[in-house]
Amino acid sequence: MTNRRVTRRPPALVLLLGAVGLALFVVPLAGLLWRTPWSDLPTLVTSSMVTDALGISIVASVSATVFSALVGVPLAWLLARVEFPGRRLVRGLVLLPLVLPPVVGGAALLFALGRRGTLGEPLYQQTGLVLPFSIWGVILATTFVAMPFLVITVEGALRNLDERYESAAASLGAGRWAVLRRVTLPMIGPSVMAGLVLTWARSFGEFGATITFAGNLPGRTQTLPLAVFVALESDRAVAVAISLLMVVVSLAVLIALRERWWKVL
Amino acid sequence: MAGCGGQGDEELLVSAAASLAGAFAEIEVAFEKAQPDVDVVLNFGGSSALREQILGGAPVGVFASANTSNMNAVATAGQTVGEPRVFAFNSLEIAVPAGNPGRVDGLDDFSDDGLLLGLCAEAVPCGELAREALSNAGVTAAVDTNEPDVRALLAKIEAGELDAGITYVTDVAAAGGTIQGIAIPDEVNVTAEYSIAVLAGAANQQTANAFIDMVLSDEGQAILSEYGFSSQ
Repeated sequence: MTNRRVTRRPPALVLLLGAVGLALFVVPLAGLLWRTPWSDLPTLVTSSMVTDALGISIVASVSATVFSALVGVPLAWLLARVEFPGRRLVRGLVLLPLVLPPVVGGAALLFALGRRGTLGEPLYQQTGLVLPFSIWGVILATTFVAMPFLVITVEGALRNLDERYESAAASLGAGRWAVLRRVTLPMIGPSVMAGLVLTWARSFGEFGATITFAGNLPGRTQTLPLAVFVALESDRAVAVAISLLMVVVSLAVLIALRERWWKVL
Repeated sequence: MAGCGGQGDEELLVSAAASLAGAFAEIEVAFEKAQPDVDVVLNFGGSSALREQILGGAPVGVFASANTSNMNAVATAGQTVGEPRVFAFNSLEIAVPAGNPGRVDGLDDFSDDGLLLGLCAEAVPCGELAREALSNAGVTAAVDTNEPDVRALLAKIEAGELDAGITYVTDVAAAGGTIQGIAIPDEVNVTAEYSIAVLAGAANQQTANAFIDMVLSDEGQAILSEYGFSSQ
């Protein structure tokens, strides 16, 4: 076949529609930059409200990502490799948080794991542990919303993996655990990393499930998105400063990891 | 889409404080009966959030705020037409889940770390007033959450996730059996002053004025008092 990748003018309609699509992302960002009080920025982003919220956001999003890796990767493996009745239904359930409004997720968590919840009440009576209004509640709510990104990415990678490598390793005497650890995981490594990055990014921006399940208290459960929401009604300059901080942190992480892991998506 | 007021071809958007939800829904019905051509659309939220929507250019016809400071901010921005009018008063009450599992009996309990306690966020009138009442009572509150508006706070109390919160008297009355009220003594209690104004963004100033007249009329005031608001 001849090389058809000659630089040619793209069709005008595609160019136009693509530009509209891009504008949808760029215009709000430009609006944010336009409103940024640049001279006050250093004072604003170092205020205790912002640093507290940043700390909680980092702890919660990293914990949610680690927890997702711990249980999400095995879940993806089961979904990709084990035939069982109702697998399609289970897959649908796992992906539900992707399409569910986060507030609904938060309310569902409250009904199940709140102090008066179906599971939460016995938990509280046995151990005195209350999940809502605590950092554990924030981690749980963000994990609920973000983990599907990891499961869907890893499961896709496992399904596309040529199983002959695993068979070959097994025929050479490797046990099931060794195959998983030495062959499967290294081969899907880039996908796992990409899934983890997406999961972290979604956790970092989580709002609806968090405020519904974990409430909003500065220094305990108030993450950056919650702080923006509160500040919008009291001090808009702070809200703009936090928004900018979130854009910068998220972009830095996504760009830094792009070169290594991102392209598999 | 036809609204609840029949084939209304004219729409009046009313942004009202979340605490007015019950009373204004009834006033809407009365108004649409009197003006069948108008379809009133109610937008409830924390007064501060509504203020931001209006300042951001939302095409709102009437603004009913639970305090004067949010109304003043809108007026200062030149968004109101004519003087805002005070139309109702409300006071605060401690709200606890039915049965009062936390055995709360007064504002003093708000300093108890062992209880799960909620307030409205400080920017929202119910949060600002609650903090004023707590400071009048000399109580440093050990709050567990600052909810975005009074409805969100009530939902968590109703679910039993919070042991107590400070809401309006009218909210406790409207919640029926799911929430119990504990009175706050007059010496420390504070009064919320509700004000209403026509906005510059009103599609039809006359209709907007007519809605305000309905709120201030005997019929409107009777509905408000039914929901526990007082007229002074």
